[in-house]
Amino acid sequence: MEFNKVKYIEQLLEKYLEATTTVAEEQELQQYFTQDNVAPHLEEYRMMFSFFAVAKEERFTKNVPLTPEKRNVNYRKWISVAAVAVMIFGAYFGVNSYQQYQQKREAEIAYAETKQAFELLAMNLQKSKVQMGYLNEIDETTQKIFKPVNK
Amino acid sequence: MDASSFLNTVTPFKDKMFRLAKRLLVSKEEAEDATQEVLLKLWKSSERIETYKSVEAFAMTMTKNYCLDRLKSKQAGHLKLVHSNYQDESVSLQRKVENVDSLEWMQRILTTLPEQQRMILQLRDIEQYEFEEIAEMMDMNQSAIRTALSRARKTVRESLIKTHNYGIQQS
Repeated sequence: MEFNKVKYIEQLLEKYLEATTTVAEEQELQQYFTQDNVAPHLEEYRMMFSFFAVAKEERFTKNVPLTPEKRNVNYRKWISVAAVAVMIFGAYFGVNSYQQYQQKREAEIAYAETKQAFELLAMNLQKSKVQMGYLNEIDETTQKIFKPVNK
Repeated sequence: MDASSFLNTVTPFKDKMFRLAKRLLVSKEEAEDATQEVLLKLWKSSERIETYKSVEAFAMTMTKNYCLDRLKSKQAGHLKLVHSNYQDESVSLQRKVENVDSLEWMQRILTTLPEQQRMILQLRDIEQYEFEEIAEMMDMNQSAIRTALSRARKTVRESLIKTHNYGIQQS
């Protein structure tokens, strides 16, 4: 029985070295070589398979810092949203106040023009008032002439 | 894909990534950094992750490529060969191993193998992947993988026999 087992293992090992064993057969080998009762002439395989078994137990224990990356992405996204909002507000109020400024300027120009027009009118009125003086002169002279006659 | 479902996807094979990285880079710290780096890269491309046929094979390929790059880069020149001990891992298994030194010997023997053979041996004898999967990860055909694996196994065995005999002669 024991002899047959060793024979079988030796056959598997031959295939193993040629890399023609299946995963299942290799697991059988691993099982045989990690138990206590190993044929002494196969000692080097015992070392190999115990190593494989132990090496499989090693674990990755560090954490993967995923969250900061994600948060960063969100942060960047929100910054761009905020920037767009600021730009829209800025454009809206900017255009608004520019229009107000423009209107104010137009009003000032109109005021200045009207003022000028009134001044012109006032100047002409003054002129005509001076000229009206001649009319008074006529009146006075006619009175001078006709008053004594009436007496 | 959110963080928790990503972690659920990578958890089954992140240890395998780490072990492959460690097999190549030898130093535990380097391997941890490499694994983190590759996982972050995966996370950044997690939108596309569902489109891959096998995320695991893709992750292993990324790990392989990243570690080979690390080895090639200048920084790798300062890599120390750290033979970490296994004291905190698998106490029950360790008890079966009479001589912890033999584990270190195995590690040392593996570092003498060419990188390609080392990776294939790691993927097959430790992670027990099928040849089909290894072919995908290594981007090689299956018969080339069998040849490399056979060579690696024979080399390891011969080195062990030498070590073993040497040990006997000494005592």
